[in-house]
Amino acid sequence: MKRGMIDFWVGLFVLAGMAALMFLALKVSSQGNLPTGSTYSLTADFENIGGLKVRAPVKSAGVVVGRVSQISLDPQRYVAKVTLDVDSRYQFSRDSSAEILTSGLLGEQYIGITSGAEEKTLKAGDTFKITSSAIVLEQLISRFLFSQADKEKEKQE
Amino acid sequence: MKLLFDLVSRLGQPVTNTLIKLGFAARFQLAILRHSATALLRPQLTLREIWFAGVLSVLIIVVSGLFVGMVLALQGYDTLQRFGAASSLGILVALSLVRELGPVVAGLLFASRAGSAITAEIGLMKATEQLAAMEMMAVNPIARVVAPKFWGGVISMPLLAAMFSAMGIFGGYLIGVQLLGLDEGSFWSQMQGAVDFRLDVMNGVIKSLFFGFAVSLIAVFEGYDAPPTAEGISTATTRTVVTSALVILALDFILTAFMFRGV
Repeated sequence: MKRGMIDFWVGLFVLAGMAALMFLALKVSSQGNLPTGSTYSLTADFENIGGLKVRAPVKSAGVVVGRVSQISLDPQRYVAKVTLDVDSRYQFSRDSSAEILTSGLLGEQYIGITSGAEEKTLKAGDTFKITSSAIVLEQLISRFLFSQADKEKEKQE
Repeated sequence: MKLLFDLVSRLGQPVTNTLIKLGFAARFQLAILRHSATALLRPQLTLREIWFAGVLSVLIIVVSGLFVGMVLALQGYDTLQRFGAASSLGILVALSLVRELGPVVAGLLFASRAGSAITAEIGLMKATEQLAAMEMMAVNPIARVVAPKFWGGVISMPLLAAMFSAMGIFGGYLIGVQLLGLDEGSFWSQMQGAVDFRLDVMNGVIKSLFFGFAVSLIAVFEGYDAPPTAEGISTATTRTVVTSALVILALDFILTAFMFRGV
């Protein structure tokens, strides 16, 4: 094998490897984390976060506007403290509400932000005043069953 | 008394032998790194090794990647479809290839295709006293022969693993979309939504770099350490493949435990 041919084939090999990496970067994956510096963090307290995980999306009107960056338990009040990194292009009014929603019946959980009407917006480090917790399927079913049982009892009496 | 002494020393012998070998391997690695500068100053040597280790492995990597991806798609479809989640097939194929199968299977193939060849070549050069002849001519065999082979392997491995993953995903696409009739748009968009570049793709690349280091070091070391006989070279070649496979799988477990714990 001549030296020039080796150079050519090695160059082709490196190009093919780079092309494979580009394919993995552009077609297969997405930049999940918004670039740092262009986000600001907000917090929200929830009574129950259900199956919410770090890196879960934060959506407003269905558009991904950020990610959950941290979840911890507030040791005084025993509520879950969720920190959200929100894209700084988007501002939300101070009476916005955050709720934990599920995409589909058994899909992943995400945080939905519904904007309010107030003119002042939430600044970095602010907390959502209005939140609603995740719907836990087991609780929902047991509540339904108990209410059915109560109805049955009333009928019999 | 004599019998007891023999028994205990028979137990101790393999331990000391292993320790001596590990120490030799560590010093050998240091020697390679020390002589890397002189080796890399003559890039033609390393390019030739990339040709041998990398370019000639492309065919087996690409074909295996394609088949692994196609099998994953067939098997995954069969299982996912029972839960009505067949549209997540893209996620299954992409994540398992990018995170695990790409680096690991490419590493195993690389060890058996290129690692064994490197060991055999260095072992034969030692057996035919070419390495000793180089030393006589004041040419350092580690700088001239070993370091270029080592770096050739280290550079080739991540590229091969990326090709393997890309071909596997393409194979999954062929089976999932073209053969089984899944929707093309949801196949790719669900995959993009679930695969994170930094967490999944980059960690896979880091894994393949580690495997490249491990396999290349084992291959050149076993060749350099081989007894200069026909039998010695054959056992050294076998040992390269076996040790590389074990090291890749063990390293994979350790790296996975660090990278994907609690995510």
